[in-house]
Amino acid sequence: MNTIIIGGGPSSGKTSMLLHIISYMTHCGLKPSVCKIDCIKSNDDLIYKSMNIPVIQGLSDSICPDHFLATNLPDIFMWSTKNSCTHLFIETAGLCNRCAPFTDKTLNICVIDSMSSIKSPEKLGPLVTTADIISMTKTDVISQAEREVLSYHLSKLNPTAEIICINGLSGFGSQTLANLIINKSNSIEDLEGSKLKYPMPSANCAYCVGEIRIGKDYQQGMINKMSF
Amino acid sequence: MFNEIQVSGGYDKDGNSEKISYISFERGNVYSIVGKTGSGKTQLIEDIESLNNGEGLTKRIILIDGKLPDEKLRNEYRSGFIAHLSQNMNYILDMPVIEFLKMRQKLKTSKNKNTSPEEILDTANELAGEKIKPHEVLTRLSGGQGRSLMISDVALNNEAPVILIDEIENAGIDKVKALSLLTKKEKITLIITHDPLIALHGNKRIVMQNGGIYSVIDRSEHEKKLAEFLAAFNKKIDITRELIRTGKTLKGVDEFVLHSVLE
Ligand SMILES: Nc1nc2c(ncn2[C@@H]2O[C@H](COP(=O)(O)OP(=O)(O)O)[C@@H](O)[C@H]2O)c(=O)[nH]1
Ligand SMILES: [Mg+2]
Ligand SMILES: [Zn+2]
Repeated sequence: MNTIIIGGGPSSGKTSMLLHIISYMTHCGLKPSVCKIDCIKSNDDLIYKSMNIPVIQGLSDSICPDHFLATNLPDIFMWSTKNSCTHLFIETAGLCNRCAPFTDKTLNICVIDSMSSIKSPEKLGPLVTTADIISMTKTDVISQAEREVLSYHLSKLNPTAEIICINGLSGFGSQTLANLIINKSNSIEDLEGSKLKYPMPSANCAYCVGEIRIGKDYQQGMINKMSF
Repeated sequence: MFNEIQVSGGYDKDGNSEKISYISFERGNVYSIVGKTGSGKTQLIEDIESLNNGEGLTKRIILIDGKLPDEKLRNEYRSGFIAHLSQNMNYILDMPVIEFLKMRQKLKTSKNKNTSPEEILDTANELAGEKIKPHEVLTRLSGGQGRSLMISDVALNNEAPVILIDEIENAGIDKVKALSLLTKKEKITLIITHDPLIALHGNKRIVMQNGGIYSVIDRSEHEKKLAEFLAAFNKKIDITRELIRTGKTLKGVDEFVLHSVLE
C-alpha cells in the first residue's frame, strides 16, 4: 500500500483538493482510504465518508497533532491495509510551521495557500523544505505573474519538489496531481522502522504535561528563555 | 517549439464517444469554448494542461505534433503549459508596480528576456482607462488597471504555449483591444466565455455538451461582420459611459454623434 501524508495550514485547501483526487482515483479503479487527524472533534470525516471510502478520524486532544500522528502511524497503516486499500491518505491538522510529520517511506505533500503565502514564503518551515510535492492552492485568486513568483520562491526553498497549481473549487490541476501521486508513491508492506524527515520539537516542559500557572516557580523541564 | 496540439478519443459523461473525436489546436488560432456550466469546459482545459495520456476521466489523448509528449517536453513547460487569465482582477502582493515587474524579470530563467518592465507597463496603459503610475502599489490598482497589467504581462512576458482566458467580461477595460493583444502572439488561445463579443473573437468555437466535445463551428464571414458591428455598438456604450462618468450631460449626443466619435 502507498501512504500519502498531506500537510498544510488550516483552511489551506487540503480537503477540497483531496476530494477531487479521491474521486479521480476511485474512477481509475484504485481504492483510497482517508485518515483525518484533528485536535478537537470535527465533522471533517463526514465529508470523506460521503465518498464511500474507508475513513477514520484521530483526535489528538491535548497532544501536538503531529506528535500524535507519528505515534499512531503504524496502526493507521494496518487499519488501511485491513480494508484492502491501495492508497492511504492522511490529512494532518497542520497547526504549527515547526512540525512536519513527513517520513522517508511516505509520499509527502505540502499544501500552500497561495493567497496567504505569497507575501512571505520564507516563513514556511520544514513542511515546505521536506515535501516531495508542493501543491499551491487557491491559485484562482492570484494572478499568473504572482503564481510564477510564488512558485519560483518555493522552488528555491525546496529545489527537488514538484510544484503544482490547484484550484480546489473547480478541481483544476487535481488530475495532474493524482497522476503524480499514482506514479511517485511507493507501495510498502508496513511503516514500522520508517523515519521522520525532520525531528519534531521536544515537548517536555511543565506546560506540555498540563501546568497552567505562569511564573518562575512553575517553569520546569526543558525551557528556552528569551534574552533581552 | 511545436505547432499543434491534438485532442482525440474522449468519452462524454455517459461513456459514449464524444461527437467530435478529433480536434487539432493550432498556433495563432483563437478557440472559444462555449457550453453550459457542467458541460465539460474546465475538464477539456484540464486534459490539455495535464497532457492527458488516455487515462483520465474523459480518456482523451493529447498529442503534440502528432506524438505523445515525452518527459523532455513536460520539463520544458514545468512552470505550466497553460497561462491563465482568470476572473480575478486584484493583486495580493503589496509592492510598487515597477519593482514587481523588475523582480519578475529577474526571476525569469529563460531566453525571452527582451520585454522590459517599461514596455509591459506601457502596453497595460493602452488598455486601462486610467494610467498606471510606475510607483503605484499593486494592491491599490483599480480592477481595470489590475486586469490591464495582468493581460499585458501574460501577453508579453509569458512562455506558456497556450493562453487561457477565463470569463473576462466584467473587466472594465477595452476588451477587444485586450483580445487582439493577447492573440497577436504565436500562441494557442483558448477563451471560455458567455459574452458574444468575446466568443466571436475566436475563429473557431468549440461547443461542449454533457462532458464531450459536441461540435466545432468555424466562424463565418457573416458572424465576423456581425462581431464588428457589435464591437462598434459596444464602443458607443463605452463612450456614453465615459461621458456620464466624467459628469457630462448627453445633450445633443445621438446615434450620429457617437458614430462620428468612432470614425
Ligand atoms: N477560491 C478558492 N477557494 C478554495 C480553494 N480550495 C479551497 N478553497 C476554500 O477554502 C476553504 C478551506 O478549504 P478546505 O479544503 O476545507 O481546507 P483544509 O482546512 O486545508 O482542509 C473552503 O472554504 C474552500 O471552499 C481554491 O482553490 N480556490
Ligand atoms: Mg480539511
Ligand atoms: Zn508541533
